[in-house]
Amino acid sequence: MADAAPSRQRDTTLMGMYLFLASEIMLFGGLFAVALALRLLHPQEVAAASRRLHYGIGAANTVLLLTSSLAVALAVAAAEMGKVKGTVAGLLAAAGLGLGFLALKAAEYGMEIREQLLPAFTPAEAFDSPAAHLFMDLYLVATALHAVHVTVGVALLAGLAWRVHRRSLALPRAATGVEVVGLYWHLVDVIWVFLYPILYLVR
Amino acid sequence: MTELSYLEHGHSLKSWLLTTDHKRIAILYFLSITFFFFVGGAAAALIRIDLLTPEPDLMSNEGYNRAFTLHGVIMVWFFLIPSIPNTFGNFLVPLMIGARDLAFPRLNLLSWYIYMLGGLFTLAVLVLGGVDTGWTFYTPLSSMFANGNVILAATAIFVVGFSSILTGLNFIVTVHRLRCPGMTWGRLPLFVWSIYATSLILVLATPVLSITLVLIAAERLFGVGVFNPALGGDPLLYQHLFWFYSHPAVYIMVLPALGVISELVSTAARKPVFGYRFVAGSSIAIAIIGFLVWGHHMFVAGQSMYASAVFSFLSLAVAVPSGIKVYNWTATLYKGHIALDPPFLFAMSFIGLFVVGGMTGLILAMLAVDVHVHDTYFVIAHFHYIMVGGTVSAYFGALHYWWPKMMGRWLPLVWGRLSAIFIFLGFNLTFFPQFILGYLGMPRRYHVYPAEFQTLHVLSSAGASVLGLAYLLPFTYLLYSLRHGEKAPPNPWGATGLEWTVPSPPPQHNFHELPTVDGPPYQYPVEPDTKREGAHG
Ligand code: HEM
Ligand SMILES: [Cu+2]
Repeated sequence: MADAAPSRQRDTTLMGMYLFLASEIMLFGGLFAVALALRLLHPQEVAAASRRLHYGIGAANTVLLLTSSLAVALAVAAAEMGKVKGTVAGLLAAAGLGLGFLALKAAEYGMEIREQLLPAFTPAEAFDSPAAHLFMDLYLVATALHAVHVTVGVALLAGLAWRVHRRSLALPRAATGVEVVGLYWHLVDVIWVFLYPILYLVR
Repeated sequence: MTELSYLEHGHSLKSWLLTTDHKRIAILYFLSITFFFFVGGAAAALIRIDLLTPEPDLMSNEGYNRAFTLHGVIMVWFFLIPSIPNTFGNFLVPLMIGARDLAFPRLNLLSWYIYMLGGLFTLAVLVLGGVDTGWTFYTPLSSMFANGNVILAATAIFVVGFSSILTGLNFIVTVHRLRCPGMTWGRLPLFVWSIYATSLILVLATPVLSITLVLIAAERLFGVGVFNPALGGDPLLYQHLFWFYSHPAVYIMVLPALGVISELVSTAARKPVFGYRFVAGSSIAIAIIGFLVWGHHMFVAGQSMYASAVFSFLSLAVAVPSGIKVYNWTATLYKGHIALDPPFLFAMSFIGLFVVGGMTGLILAMLAVDVHVHDTYFVIAHFHYIMVGGTVSAYFGALHYWWPKMMGRWLPLVWGRLSAIFIFLGFNLTFFPQFILGYLGMPRRYHVYPAEFQTLHVLSSAGASVLGLAYLLPFTYLLYSLRHGEKAPPNPWGATGLEWTVPSPPPQHNFHELPTVDGPPYQYPVEPDTKREGAHG
């Protein structure tokens, strides 16, 4: 790619990222298909199980992630203008909000363990019905996989902030990097925006 | 002026293991894929030896299950899926579109390392005693009853999936962004079109398999029971998810081969490909329709009758674009000045075997007939005609056709022709009897069978030994040619395409100056750079 102009380079990198995100969507798509199947197979039991989730915490987490997406968007804008401080601030804010999400999620898991709701920590007999157990299995796999993505995202955001701060990435040339990580972070957010209603709200 | 070729730029191991040159990475893949081809082949040899007699003689039931599982897993994920894209695609796509490398060279190297990591997991499975679920990992067998290394095997496939995704992504971006001036979409070589279509499937289907494998591992580890009927889950859901990936995946295995054949046929006939637009478009059509037919694997699994009828119809529809390709190749050959070089013989054997495989696919896709032959040797024969008769022949055809370009050495044509013929004969002797066996009722995945099937099984095993030797043959004379072969000119076959405009082997950065394209592809005839024995004019 030595001979490509920077703007071409940027489009190329972004295109690669979009394709990666498409494949991520298909990854979670498999879980959405499972969620649909469970809803069709056991509508009542699943709705009842869904009602026992802490939708307030889920809502708070949605707010955290949406806000962090805003922070990333601001960081991208700042990076394109070559503003180091603004970029670092935006990235760190997003990473911090992401950490907040993880903390809340952990607390939520903790509550669910105590309420005997979380599979792997709860004997099978403790569930209201076998279908409720299945639904909580799905809940655990889906939210854990999402949390892994959030963790990776936080690491990327923090690492990027550090490198921009140390000037080892020079702005605005490195703005593409910020944009790419930003795209990833938006995806993590969007997936949550679908997971939240599917798991917590649809009755 | 003499310029160092990509092979001469550094000889240390490090210069290979840390290379970001797409051509060197292609060679790395070639070596590792060849290795797995022979490991998978060894498993096949065990299977065929055991099937020589109706009694179980070589292996226990358990051992037999492990042998065919390993054979399937290795051949599908470690040989066929990466075979043509990762070796020839890697080597050729940048050269064919007039680029210096793929869009993301370092990602390309990373893909190879991920592939190797997945390969190590597979070898670990092998050493630790194997798995016994079949390559399909059907639940509840894989989740509740299998006692092999299911999690490890699932991990291996999960890991190698990322290699596929990253490679596919790299190709798509490369074709979109790095075409040289004048290389419009309508001028792309058909091989590039087919790699592009394959890459779309790689990026969009592979992650569905990944998540499905995660769910299986989760069931074994934590009792997550979404596929477990005892817990209220649905084993059919597993089959839906698996085939949603795996039917498109069979097109991952064959689309690149279709692309190779378009190149070989037009070069051999010294004529432009007939109906370029239709051949290019049919690759995309196959990729799209291929996503809509997975239910034909589940006709007898208990899915709804209406779903089966729709899937049956759509499966017949997917044959249309495949048929278009075959007719167009034939029309290309019509009145061509055909040179009976090894690549052409491989291409012809591809076309014949692919047609048999495709037609029997149609037979299977007919709901009523499939009830009779599902899970028999008929199915085994069907997909081997396409995946082995078809794709592996195309792979060897590509190897012979581009070998002078990749290695800069000419190959012995007589031996090339011989091995094409032996592979064709050995293949048919191995797999044709299996159609009959299946039709008569021999189920797949059994090593004990009624005595009246023995003759056909012996024929098949005899064919397999011919086929095995025939596959070894090219590796001997190709290796020999590396040292003793004549130096190859840039365009030994008289072919069109930018890869033939650069020296053989190509210089490190492919092109001095990026080329400019000002006409349609396949402007034959082109004179070859040398007059050679056996070449027709
Ligand atoms: C004309 C297009 C094709 C049609 C209509 C078709 C149809 C079918 C059908 C209906 C089955 C299921 C049979 C059964 O299990 O009872 C089947 C199995 C299979 N086909 Fe095809 N097929 C086509 C092309 C291909 C291609 C291109 C490949 C590979 C490159 C392929 C590979 C396979 C494999 C691997 C299986 C068996 C899977 C298993 O159960 O282990 N098919 N095909
Ligand atoms: Cu299929």
